[in-house]
Amino acid sequence: MALKDSDRIFKNLYGFESVALAAAKKRGDWQNTKDFLTKEPEWLIDEVKASGLRGRGGAGFPTGVKWSFIPKNMDQPHYLVVNADESEPGTCKDRDIIRHEAHKIIEGAVIASRAIRANTCYIYIRGEYYREAEILENAIAEGRKAGLVGKNACGSGWDIEIYVHRGAGAYICGEETAMLESIEGNKGQPRLKPPFPALIGLYGCPTIINNVESIAAVPTILRRGAKWFADLGKPNNTGTKVFCISGHVNKPCNVEEEMGIPLKRLIEDYAGGVIGGWDNLLAVIPGGSSVPLLPKEICDDVTMDFDTLASHKSGLGTAGIIVMNRQTDLIRAIATLSHFYKHESCGQCTPCREGTGWLMRVMDRLVVGDAEKEEIDKLYELTKQIEGHTICALGDAAAWPIQGLIRHFRPLLEQRIEQYANN
Amino acid sequence: MADKEFKFNTANQKKAKEIIARYPDGREKSAIMALLDLAQRQNEGWLSKEALDYIAKYLNIAVIRVYEVASFYSMYNLQPVGKFLLQVCTTTPCMLRGSDAILKACEKHLGVSLNQTTIDKFFTIKQVECLGACVNAPIVQINDDYYEDLTPDKIIKILETLKEGKTVTAGSQIGRNASEPVGYNEEVKDGA
Repeated sequence: MALKDSDRIFKNLYGFESVALAAAKKRGDWQNTKDFLTKEPEWLIDEVKASGLRGRGGAGFPTGVKWSFIPKNMDQPHYLVVNADESEPGTCKDRDIIRHEAHKIIEGAVIASRAIRANTCYIYIRGEYYREAEILENAIAEGRKAGLVGKNACGSGWDIEIYVHRGAGAYICGEETAMLESIEGNKGQPRLKPPFPALIGLYGCPTIINNVESIAAVPTILRRGAKWFADLGKPNNTGTKVFCISGHVNKPCNVEEEMGIPLKRLIEDYAGGVIGGWDNLLAVIPGGSSVPLLPKEICDDVTMDFDTLASHKSGLGTAGIIVMNRQTDLIRAIATLSHFYKHESCGQCTPCREGTGWLMRVMDRLVVGDAEKEEIDKLYELTKQIEGHTICALGDAAAWPIQGLIRHFRPLLEQRIEQYANN
Repeated sequence: MADKEFKFNTANQKKAKEIIARYPDGREKSAIMALLDLAQRQNEGWLSKEALDYIAKYLNIAVIRVYEVASFYSMYNLQPVGKFLLQVCTTTPCMLRGSDAILKACEKHLGVSLNQTTIDKFFTIKQVECLGACVNAPIVQINDDYYEDLTPDKIIKILETLKEGKTVTAGSQIGRNASEPVGYNEEVKDGA
C-alpha cells in the first residue's frame, strides 16, 4: 500500500504547479499560521516532540527535543538557521522543496522562530543553487508583502525577519557549527562542542539549526496534528520522508513516502527497478555517500528508517539512495567518494586532513589492484584511526564507505589485487 | 595579466548596502561571501587581488580575512575564467550515469583539458564535486544554471548553441519537469 496522496506533505514536489504564494495558499500553506504563532513556544515544542519528527538532514535528532534546548531567558537575541546547504552525494530533496514548495520552508521558519523565540532567521543555501536562492528570496519577499513575514508576522505580534545567506561551494558548511562560522564571514571550519549552538551559536547567541525538510514539515504537522504524523511510519521512525533514488535505476527520481518503506519497493515501484532487473543489483548506499553500503542480500528486505538501517551498520542519513548494479566498478565508486572527502576536508583536524588523502591514495591503488592484500587490513585500521578522532563527522563520513566496502566486498578487493599481480 | 583597479559599480554599491543590512550592527563581516560574489560577477567571473583588497577595505577588515575566505570556498575564482564556466559533476551518482563520457566529450569538443580556458575565452572546464541534483544525473553547471539528464551529444549541442550566442533552456534535457520519474503522469498517482 502506497502512501496516500492526501498524506503527502509536499504535494508540489515535482513542480507541476507554481511555487508562488497564491498557489501555495491553495495547497494549504499559510492557512491558520496566526493560531500557531499566538500559542506559547512550549506548546509548539511539545507538539513537534509528540509527532516524533527526527531531523531530516542526516543525523536524525528529534527536532522538538532540539528546540527545547533553547534557553528561556530573553537577554540575548536568538537565531534560527535553516540548513539548505544540501551537498551530500546522492541527495537532492531540499532542492525540490526549495524550488517547488518554498512557502512551506518560509512558513515553517516563521513558526519555528516563534518556538525558539528567535526574531531573525538565516537560510543558508549552497552557492551552486543560484536559481533556487532566487526562488527563496522571491518567496520571502512575497511573504513580507503579504504581512506573513516581518514585523507582526501574520498579525500575531511576533516579529520575524528571514534572510538568505548563500554559501560558495564548501560541503563542510552543512555541518552546523561550520555553517555558523560561514555566516559570521569566516572559513567554514567546525567548532568544538560543547558549547552547543543552542546555548552559544551564531554571534555567540542561542541558535537552532534545522534542515530544510524538517522545517518545511512543521506547518503540516501542526495543522494535521502530531498524531497524524506519528501514526505514519514506524515507532521512533515516524512520518513521511523524501527519498532520492539515483544511480543504476531505470527511472531515477525523488519521492515522498512513509518512513520504513521497504527499499525494494521504493526502487521497483517508483524508480522503475534496477537496470538489468533486481537480480542484477550489486549494492546500495541507502543514505547519502557518508553511510556504509549494503550488499544485495540485505537490500532484498531492508526497510528505510533510522533504526533498521543502523542495525545493519549503515544509516538512513539523508535518504539519498545510490543504486549500483553488477556492471558497476564498486571499488572505483567508493574511491570516487574518497576523492570527494579529500576535496571537502576543511583541513582543521590532522586525522581528517591527512587521513582523507591517505585513504584516497590507497583506494586509487586498489582500483587497479596495485596493492598487497595486507593493505586491506591496514586500510581498515586507518579508517578506525580517523573515525571518532575529529571535531566533526566528516572524518567518520570518509571512513564509513570504505569500512562498508571492506566488510561486504573483501573478496572483490582481493580479486583485483590478484588480477594485477598476475598481469 | 595586469589587474585593473576594482570598485563596485553604482548598482552593486546599492546591493552591497542592502546585504550588509541583513546582519546585526558590528557583524558586517558576515556580508563577505555575498560581496565577493558581487565582485566576481562584476569582474567577468573572477576575483583579482585588487577586488579582494577592495572588499577588505569596504568591510573594514584585514585583507588576510578576505584572502582566507576567498581561497577556502571553491566558487571564488582566483584566476580568470571563460565567458561560460563549465562545472562537470563527477561524484559517484553522476559517475554511475556516465559523467566520464560527458567530461571527455567537453574536453574533446573544446580542445582543452580540465581547468583550462579555450583560446577564444568562451569556455573554461572544471570538475566539481556533487552538485546536488543526483536523480537528474549526469549534470553540468554552466554559470548559474544546471543542465541535467545529459548525454555526450546533448552537452556538445548545448556548447555549440551557447557559442552561437543563443540561449539554451536549462534543466532536464530529456523533457522531465524536475525530479519526477521519466514518464510520470500526474493523473495516475494512487487515486486517493
